[in-house]
Amino acid sequence: MSAAEEVIAELEEGFALFDDWEDRYRYLMELGRELEPLAPEEMVEANRVSGCQSRVWLTTRAEGGRLRLRAASDAAFVQGILALLLRVYDGRTPAEIMETGPEFLGRLGLDEALSMSRRNGAAAVVGRIQAAAQRMEAGATG
Amino acid sequence: MDALPARLDVARIREDFPILSTQVRGKKLVFLDSGASAQKPRAVIEAMTRCMETAYANVHRGAYHLSEVATANFEAAREAAQRFLGAATPEEIVFTRNSTEAFNLVAHSFGRALLKRGQVVLVSEMEHHANLVPWQMLRDAGLGIGLRFIRVTDAGELDLDDYARHLAQGDVGLVSVTHMSNVLGTVTPAARIARMAHEAGARVMFDGSQAAVHRAVDVRAIDADFYAFTGHKLYGPTGIGVLYGKRELLDAMPPFQGGGDMIETVTLEHSTWAAPPARFEPGTPAIIEAAGLLAAIEYVNTIGMEAIEAHERALVEHASATLAQVPGLTLLGSAQDRGGVFAFSLDVAHPHDLSTFLDRRGICVRAGRHCAEPLHARFGLEGGTSRASFGLYTTAEEIDALAEALVAARKFFA
Repeated sequence: MSAAEEVIAELEEGFALFDDWEDRYRYLMELGRELEPLAPEEMVEANRVSGCQSRVWLTTRAEGGRLRLRAASDAAFVQGILALLLRVYDGRTPAEIMETGPEFLGRLGLDEALSMSRRNGAAAVVGRIQAAAQRMEAGATG
Repeated sequence: MDALPARLDVARIREDFPILSTQVRGKKLVFLDSGASAQKPRAVIEAMTRCMETAYANVHRGAYHLSEVATANFEAAREAAQRFLGAATPEEIVFTRNSTEAFNLVAHSFGRALLKRGQVVLVSEMEHHANLVPWQMLRDAGLGIGLRFIRVTDAGELDLDDYARHLAQGDVGLVSVTHMSNVLGTVTPAARIARMAHEAGARVMFDGSQAAVHRAVDVRAIDADFYAFTGHKLYGPTGIGVLYGKRELLDAMPPFQGGGDMIETVTLEHSTWAAPPARFEPGTPAIIEAAGLLAAIEYVNTIGMEAIEAHERALVEHASATLAQVPGLTLLGSAQDRGGVFAFSLDVAHPHDLSTFLDRRGICVRAGRHCAEPLHARFGLEGGTSRASFGLYTTAEEIDALAEALVAARKFFA
């Protein structure tokens, strides 16, 4: 099991403990609050992820063969989703990132509130992460 | 308080709308998004089914009985729209797909053909994108037609002094403004706006998408040159809208799109145009939707626009008072004359988070910028707002349910 898969399994276990949706979403928001805030100069158009209903910013950089990620949103639930994505994708190798899809989000009992357009938004964020991973790999081998 | 017109029996009216008795996630549906699109009464649903089951054929074409019946029904919808708006003749009613298409039609057929180089279209800062983007496209078409904007005051009203200043420049060819804001609920003084435009030699168009649902509209009393509304917000079907245009203007305007049913004669090389409204209705029109629109107009007529307006005034008063009690809530706009549309922000919650929370309680509100991004920028609310909008079936209890849920949301998100 890859490190990303281990984190996903942990998240699934953790979220399964909540019977009540308010508790589940409160926990999601807490995860979001733990994200290190982006600096104003990082919250610029170049880092905006389009395809999200709310505003989402994502920065990526290569560090020792791994992709480092930071992200923020102006909406709390979306910020929580970003926190989940960062737990899964941040600090992984490009190969790991490429083989990990965003489907796990649908298994956390959050899908009811993840409106269709938001799930597309999450897919857009993952798409951007994977594109950065691909560029990183191409740069390393090319 | 003055005597109100016949009160609306809301409980009885709600029974006309099958969807209102359904549940969302096991909760009673509280539908507060009628400003985006209204629910449909059984009369509309049945009229459309009846059209397909008993009176369906293409219109304006067949010389057989069924086509004649279908044509008569289709034209009856036009006459209903004519009376609904107080227009002089049914020829002044053009069926469109929606209000958006009505604006595109006028921007093209009036804007490109009848506005002159150096003239300006004047819209306000509170327009729906439907009454903004077509004019931007006209401005950018290389015809030398400009576009300017009337300011909106902090209260969310049209700044009439600013409007007068624009008109005084003498270059305004067309004023196109909303009759009721889809965000602020502001009802604009249409007759006064039209009078000022005409005194300055300009034509005037109104976006009645919201107003026609909430107020009795009389285009001749207003002296509007163009007036647009859409069926689906008036409890009718999607896919059909109405453009009113003064006869002499429609007569002078070239077609918007070409095709069948809009021509007088056609050779391989040339065509000549049919008279309005056919000139602006190429191709097979929305026949079934016209049956639904006719039923929708008859439905609101039976209840009475005065009774609907009185009911909504009471709701607006109730909502203003109730929402003001919610801690941390800011209402957008405080116009003197407003209809049943309330945009607001809650200090601790993003509009999208809030609508997710409310949705879990069966409450439908809209989140975002409601197709009015410049207006949100004007008020410094780029992240958007939440919007609750009412229909003739909305109850004070539903507004109370919203207010209670907002108080709970504030605890949840704090």
